[in-house]
Amino acid sequence: MTFYADPSFFALLALAVAGAAFLGLREKPLARYGMAASVVFLACLFCKDLPGLIAAAGFVVVAVLSMRWVLAAPRSNLRFAVAFALTLLPLVSAKAGAVFDQNLLGFMGVSYLTFKALQVMFEVRDGVIKECGLFDYLYFLLFFPVFTSGPIDRSRRFAEDARAVRSRDEYAGLLARGILLVLVGLVYTFVVAAWLHRFYVPATWGSGPFLTELAAQVQTAYVYGLYLFFDFAGYSLMAMGASYCFGIRTPRNFRAPFASLDIKDFWNRWNITLSFWLRDFVFMRFSRLALKKRWFASRLTTACWGFVFDMALMGAWHGLTADYLLYGLFHGLLLAGTEVFQKKSKFYKKHKNNPAFKALSWFVTLQLVMFGFALFSGQITMLVKGAFHG
Amino acid sequence: MAETDHAELEEKMLDILEEVCGDDEVRARRDEDLFALGLLDSMGAIELLVDIEDVFGVCIAPTEVERDEMNTVNLIIHQVEIRL
Repeated sequence: MTFYADPSFFALLALAVAGAAFLGLREKPLARYGMAASVVFLACLFCKDLPGLIAAAGFVVVAVLSMRWVLAAPRSNLRFAVAFALTLLPLVSAKAGAVFDQNLLGFMGVSYLTFKALQVMFEVRDGVIKECGLFDYLYFLLFFPVFTSGPIDRSRRFAEDARAVRSRDEYAGLLARGILLVLVGLVYTFVVAAWLHRFYVPATWGSGPFLTELAAQVQTAYVYGLYLFFDFAGYSLMAMGASYCFGIRTPRNFRAPFASLDIKDFWNRWNITLSFWLRDFVFMRFSRLALKKRWFASRLTTACWGFVFDMALMGAWHGLTADYLLYGLFHGLLLAGTEVFQKKSKFYKKHKNNPAFKALSWFVTLQLVMFGFALFSGQITMLVKGAFHG
Repeated sequence: MAETDHAELEEKMLDILEEVCGDDEVRARRDEDLFALGLLDSMGAIELLVDIEDVFGVCIAPTEVERDEMNTVNLIIHQVEIRL
């Protein structure tokens, strides 16, 4: 069963939500029911994929044991390093293996389980998480609405929602919002994105006049960018909506990304939960270490390297291919360039609140974002290859 | 005695914030969201946490405090004060 795609998934979801509504509207706790539903859904997800099931089960066992081991001595560098490496290993092996068409320890949802397990590990290490019950942790990892593709929740927020027993009115509000979000998500994915996809016909650079060919390529990039947004945002809305029905307020993943005024703004609006995960656990930690150890001459240089590292990793996570790596590097350099411009330019400081400057900045940002999607989709590498091979 | 401590802490924190945000507006706009004002961003937040650790020996992890509990001058001062 593929989540959010197969009719059988939606039939099972409707049944599961009806059960949650029955309990929630009677002001009963939902966590144990949500856990049982998740086990059923995951059984359906892995029913024809025994190696995947074994890898996923192995991951969960290792994640639980290593988290507990670090929790017993959060200041131990050795424990943290070993636990961190063990948790990250399946994801790294899956991404590296994909280059050679091999699947080593990967399984459906490995990325999102890794993000969640590492968040807990980092916060245990920081002393922010001082206790983590087995049920809370397992429910956080296995919660089915967000299991395969996010959005990436945070464990402390999740546990608060999971433990909450809401009043009838409060739960009814969540349930209504949840169902509405699922319906809007369905329209985004199966109506708008499916319709846009019909117009997505990538083609090599033709022999027509330069401007006509350029216009055709720009159109392809825009269609792809819009398709990607509606497809991914639609999925994210459905996952968010399904979570709400179980009383879990999974955070939103998109906030009008094409209205961004600059690239930093874009990453606060596009794939928000991944971007914020990387901000909190890659960018901020890298920058903090670099500032403390004085790796770079200035704070501005530190920020620039932080952005490049953060986004290069984001690109590599999508896959170790030229397209994704270039996509990450492109955004890293753009963020670094934006940072320098905003911190150093007198012109920017003088005009940043001017409506004409904002409009221009929005327009330029949108073109850069679409160019980024053209890198992501492989359109640019296809054109470059075409130019070389004629 | 406690009063002087608070005044001293506040003055040191304002110096740090002025340096990190690069703007003396922080002294006037004590209860406004520094992220919304464009005076603080992720890098600024990290500089702030590193400076707080250097000056006061108070270590606050990047995800320890929710952003809306530490996004104004007065809230930042409060978060440091309760940890001293």
